[in-house]
Amino acid sequence: MSATAPTTTPVAPPTEALAVDASPANPWGRARLLVALRRVVGRVVAAVLVLLGAATVVFLAQTLLPGDRATLLLNLRSGEAVERTAAELAPINEQYGFDDPLAVQYATYVGGLLRGDLGVSYQRHAPVAEVIGGQLWPTAQLALGALAAAWVLALVSVVVTAGRRSRAVTAAGSGAEALAASVPHYWLGVILLVVLAVNLQWFPVMGGTSPAATVLPVLTLAVPLAGFLGQATRDEFDRVLEQPFVTSARARGMGDTGVRLRHVLRHAVLPAITLSGWALGALLSGAVIVESVFSRPGLGQVLVAAVDARDVPVVAGVVMFVAAVYVVANVLVDLAYTLVDPRRRS
Amino acid sequence: MTATPSTALAARPAPGADAGPGAPLLRVENLRVGFTRGGRTTDVVHGISFALEAGRCLAVVGESGSGKSVTARTLVGLTGAGASVTADRLELAGRDLTALRPRQWRAVRGAEVGFVLQDALVSLDQLRTVGNEVGEPLRLHRWGDRHRRARRVLKVLAEVGVPEPGLRARQRPYELSGGLRQRALIATALALDPALVVADEPTTALDVTVQAQVLDLLAQTKERGKAVLLISHDLAVVARLADEVCVMRDGVIVEAGPAEQVLHRPRHPYTRTLVDAVPSEHTRGTRLSSVPVTLASHHGVTARERAGSAAADATVPVLEARGLTKRFRGPDKVDRTVVDGVSFSLGRGRTLGIVGESGSGKTTTARMALAMLTPDAGEVLLDGGPWSSLTSQGRRPLRRRVGVVYQDPLSSFDPRWSVGRVLADAIGRAPARVPDPRARAVELLELVGLGPEHLDRRPLRLSGGQRQRVAIARALAPEPDVVVLDEPVSALDVSVQAQVLDLLGDLQQALGVAYLFISHDLGVIRHMSHDVLVMHGGRVVEHGPADDVLADPQHEYTRGLLAAVPRLTTPGGP
Repeated sequence: MSATAPTTTPVAPPTEALAVDASPANPWGRARLLVALRRVVGRVVAAVLVLLGAATVVFLAQTLLPGDRATLLLNLRSGEAVERTAAELAPINEQYGFDDPLAVQYATYVGGLLRGDLGVSYQRHAPVAEVIGGQLWPTAQLALGALAAAWVLALVSVVVTAGRRSRAVTAAGSGAEALAASVPHYWLGVILLVVLAVNLQWFPVMGGTSPAATVLPVLTLAVPLAGFLGQATRDEFDRVLEQPFVTSARARGMGDTGVRLRHVLRHAVLPAITLSGWALGALLSGAVIVESVFSRPGLGQVLVAAVDARDVPVVAGVVMFVAAVYVVANVLVDLAYTLVDPRRRS
Repeated sequence: MTATPSTALAARPAPGADAGPGAPLLRVENLRVGFTRGGRTTDVVHGISFALEAGRCLAVVGESGSGKSVTARTLVGLTGAGASVTADRLELAGRDLTALRPRQWRAVRGAEVGFVLQDALVSLDQLRTVGNEVGEPLRLHRWGDRHRRARRVLKVLAEVGVPEPGLRARQRPYELSGGLRQRALIATALALDPALVVADEPTTALDVTVQAQVLDLLAQTKERGKAVLLISHDLAVVARLADEVCVMRDGVIVEAGPAEQVLHRPRHPYTRTLVDAVPSEHTRGTRLSSVPVTLASHHGVTARERAGSAAADATVPVLEARGLTKRFRGPDKVDRTVVDGVSFSLGRGRTLGIVGESGSGKTTTARMALAMLTPDAGEVLLDGGPWSSLTSQGRRPLRRRVGVVYQDPLSSFDPRWSVGRVLADAIGRAPARVPDPRARAVELLELVGLGPEHLDRRPLRLSGGQRQRVAIARALAPEPDVVVLDEPVSALDVSVQAQVLDLLGDLQQALGVAYLFISHDLGVIRHMSHDVLVMHGGRVVEHGPADDVLADPQHEYTRGLLAAVPRLTTPGGP
């Protein structure tokens, strides 16, 4: 027994260390449930306030814009541009309440919103909700498809090229992402259209909303977004690859692909998830351009036509809709974030 | 296949210290490691050799940059990008590790060698459950089916002393206390019952009582017949576990031998420096470092002048706390009392040590002493006058009298400021206008053992010890009466720590400044303090002269804390 450390008096594990451990024992304890509930309520209240703010701005824009709304409405419907007499305007003012005090008009507008009534299109005579609803699906297809495609492109690029020993591979990946992020939708759409549809004839030049005709518009929206998501994910991916827990995983016998997919990726997607809330809203505005490049029906076309014609209720309706999408998207982002990173629950 | 833990699990008597001439489990001869970056190769390990038998523990001791961690990683084939490894012999159980291909390495890792890193908070994947992490080596090495793996996870967790393994396996690492988390990390390394466990600083960043538990666990692993390779900078930790010790410096083993001999009768001067640098109850009043520090003549207010001016009120404590209480509201809206009725008094030119584990409230107490935080009850007096009760405006002219030094000086410096600017800023707060701030800055640098060439450096370009010296110079620039030192040496290597502690001692003698010294390290506290305050759960459990409290502790908690501290020497004699 040549080498026993002389002073190692064994120490019984102190009991208080165990007592400390007992507190987070039950992940679904009452206190946690309350915290979670309070968060949800807080989120909903915040969302309602944001929507109310948007509604107020939209309402003020409608009422305070120069030009008489009744005149605008009559001219739009008749396709003329003339001065209207008081006798012509009176029934319109009566019908739409343009003469009411501002506060009454505001209350009527917000009240209508609560019932899902976005007003009536000056141009088409139809309720705005119907006008938007009729064109919603093609745009939703486009935006959701682009979001999914962007995620796939970004993740593949990052997982395959980030943090590789070969400088060339890493540089190719991050270079491609930087390039993709800086390409304007308009330019990319035209290039794809000319090369893949007109010259190579792989896709229809104009095919409405058929699946084949959806591919190029989705790509046009997805590529720049993939660049953004890829850049955000790559930074985090590189950082996480250096973390001690990754070394731990390798020391258990895990290969490089396993480490990337099972450990690093989950940490690295967090910033991109946060970005996705903004991205979904941005995709809707991107859709305006892409739909006109590909002459595709959708919300973008509705908006362009409404702006051209000064069909104010339709423009206002689209703005409210986009605001609602932003709000819902951010709640979903929060939910997804919590699923991926349960630390946020506590 | 590679993993046969069921047979290996059978309790096997540990081979005695004088095991027969059987081949050692791990054999390393003339190991060299270099890194190539940007076409330039830097050698980090220059031909080291050691061997380790089953049932034994070999400790590799060294300071940062010694190459000890690189050595540990090389044993699992994870030296790093751009590394070149050569060795005359690198054998595990008779198998040549240098010839392994990546796929073969993966079969070795986890199954034949378990690897434990420091700080489970970053060494376990926080987004996965503990059960997933412990079960990962089993899954990777195709051990059993899913149900057998789940049972094995619970068994291993129970073996490392995790209570309620079923519950813990479903939790994530951040939901566990530091001690349980570190046990879970060790469980991941032991899941396949590897013959060799490599532990790289397994107890760094742990509280002393938790550290004692983890060391006991590693000792049990050794007794079960496993070979343990322990990498550590802490000689006292090593003394508790190791049978043999290698001391590494700059990539070379300078001394190797039985632990008892290396730690108590070191032959190499560097080992002696390391051993002497460990502060303890026996080192008070002595110098820890062999580097002579000559205090430059101080042209500011001398100690004598200060003593003279203070003579009138020598009995008034320079800093006094009366019944300090602070509560914080948690996310669940429940108030927690973090500091509960803490009182102390600090005499002029004295040192009061506050010791406690994480969560004991010692840093909150320090922040109230600095008047950065307003107490909910009680007050702090400066020189017998109001301090914590003043308005921030009223406190401003007095601020310069209380200095502060933090654990991590880097984060307390503006990274864009040069050392000269940092000091000039602090000199600007001195009581009298300094006619030549630059000369005064040079003087301050000399005082803390640095030269004028450091004036134009940025903090990032300084070593840890130099940074802490600059932080001390900054704290002293406005000629304070008290300096609050919050874990000032916890981030430093032991020999640098020794130099900084010596410097603080010299400065106190020369300038007559009082220290409120906060540390989790009882050895450091013992070495530095005249009086000691032991904190636990926000309360003062023991308070008095350092010799009384630490030599004859009255409170059970203090006794437990003292017993848990790993020591180099037997109490009572060096």
